[in-house]
Amino acid sequence: MDNTAGTRNGDFAIETRGLNLWYGDFQALFDVDLGVKRGMITSMIGPSGCGKTTLLRTCNRIIERLGYVRTTGNVYVLGHDIFGDDVELVQVRKQIGMVFQRPNPLPISIRDNVLFGFKLHEARLRKVSAAEEDEVLESSLRQVLLWDTVKDRLDKPATGLSLEEQQKLCIARLLPVKPQVLLMDEPCSALDPAGTEAVEELIWKLRGEYTILIVTHNMAQARRASEECVFMLLGKIIEHGRTEELFLSPEHSETADYIEGRFG
Amino acid sequence: MFTATPLNRRSYRNQSLAKAVFFLMTVVLVIPVLLIVGTLVVKGAPAISWEFLFTAPTDNMTAGGIFPALVGTIWLVVVALLASVPVGVAAALYLSEYAPDNLLTRTINLAIINLAGVPSIVHALFGFGAFVLFFRMGQSILAASLTLAVMTLPVVIVATRESLQAVPQAFREACWNMGATRWQTIRKVVLPNSISGILTGVILEVSRTAGETAPIMFTGATAFVAFLPEGVLDQTMAMSYHLYYIATQATNVPEELTFGVALVLIAIVLMMNAVSIGFRVYLRGLKKW
Ligand SMILES: Nc1ncnc2c1ncn2[C@@H]1O[C@H](COP(=O)(O)OP(=O)(O)O)[C@@H](O)[C@H]1O
Ligand SMILES: [Mg+2]
Repeated sequence: MDNTAGTRNGDFAIETRGLNLWYGDFQALFDVDLGVKRGMITSMIGPSGCGKTTLLRTCNRIIERLGYVRTTGNVYVLGHDIFGDDVELVQVRKQIGMVFQRPNPLPISIRDNVLFGFKLHEARLRKVSAAEEDEVLESSLRQVLLWDTVKDRLDKPATGLSLEEQQKLCIARLLPVKPQVLLMDEPCSALDPAGTEAVEELIWKLRGEYTILIVTHNMAQARRASEECVFMLLGKIIEHGRTEELFLSPEHSETADYIEGRFG
Repeated sequence: MFTATPLNRRSYRNQSLAKAVFFLMTVVLVIPVLLIVGTLVVKGAPAISWEFLFTAPTDNMTAGGIFPALVGTIWLVVVALLASVPVGVAAALYLSEYAPDNLLTRTINLAIINLAGVPSIVHALFGFGAFVLFFRMGQSILAASLTLAVMTLPVVIVATRESLQAVPQAFREACWNMGATRWQTIRKVVLPNSISGILTGVILEVSRTAGETAPIMFTGATAFVAFLPEGVLDQTMAMSYHLYYIATQATNVPEELTFGVALVLIAIVLMMNAVSIGFRVYLRGLKKW
């Protein structure tokens, strides 16, 4: 990595410094300082409306679509300031894959969904053979434990899959772009318990290969599936620490109240 | 235990009354349409024949057919479409996919809505001043079609924007998130999923221009030319203007001729609508979500 002015060193895949964000006049994030460590699963919990989605969407600058959003402060991804002048959004988003609350496969075939990003980036730089495409397709689907279920209907529309399969597909299509960070915004909230378990298992399996930041409403899930945990409340980060410590001996009374289900 | 109470009965009476009123209104709406179409068919059908469709008027418009007007209307609509669709679709794409949500964009949107409300006679005067005189196109198909195009531009933009906005935001986010630029997103996801709506919306709106009289009256339509237009700089006859002319200006025109022209005009518009709806059904069948 080159050393431009907006570069930081460190072990953080995502680092925010004094991040404030306003939707028009409404301030949704207050002075957020967050460091998400590389190669780890960090979960983020907090009541509805506390700014979890907003924070995630700021990290890949998807939030800018809304013209009335204003931010101050810095966000570093893999050590680079993503608000820098010389930053190319496409490059930022290639490094950060996002999984949304509702599975959102594109209304094209399963194959085209998985290869969408690959064709967009790789296939424009060099000649890609059909065999290589098939290989990428198969390995991506295998990584998300979906290959055996869909291998006979790769050319069927992706929207015909079950929600669980769709969500796995949405993860699979990120992989050919080779992101380093995966942001997941309540990836299981639209799924039934069996689907939740399957997707959780998958996320656990991706640990180590990717830095994962996962928002969840499910305390048990955060506890089971993450190494560090962040608790947010009303646009602020209240507490951030190792998951078991945060659950066993929270430092702040708000955290304790929340994880014991006293509000939220 | 399950018998009606007086309150139930009153609610039921009110609900029957409401239903009756709404039904009546629907009938009131449908009756004029049936009457118009019925009258046209009954009075106009005897005039219709191959000869009527494919020959020019004769004897000071009191006999003969409508061929030059029919051809002229097709010219006008096609040239107007060629002008308004690319501009309108591009503008809608900009407004819906690129423009930031700020004061300027909101002002432009407001202007478009207001432009749609400008009376056609005002467009006619504008077209006459701008295209016929200033740009020296003279009274021609080009000037008349451009006037029609300016008039239909707002509806093309609105119809297109509605189709674009019917494409779920989640699709766009999925694409951006994989590092697609806005243009790649538009080309690969937004347009393929909205094209049927855009096309049918546009055809539906534009078919109405076939019936417009005022905008072409000063700008390119003429009461009578014996030959067919050979290019966009020729003047032309047109169905709507022809109807206006034989109904109000020419003398001794047999009634069935007037109704025949009206019937053909309505048939053209209905046919274009039918084509666009058929097209929509076909494309929707191809759609995968
Ligand atoms: N597009 C938006 N426009 C205005 N306010 C928004 C928008 N999205 C979210 N908010 C507000 O920002 C706050 C944080 O929302 P969000 O990040 O979605 O919370 P969470 O994901 O934690 O439930 C909420 O109060 C919400 O009302
Ligand atoms: Mg949320």
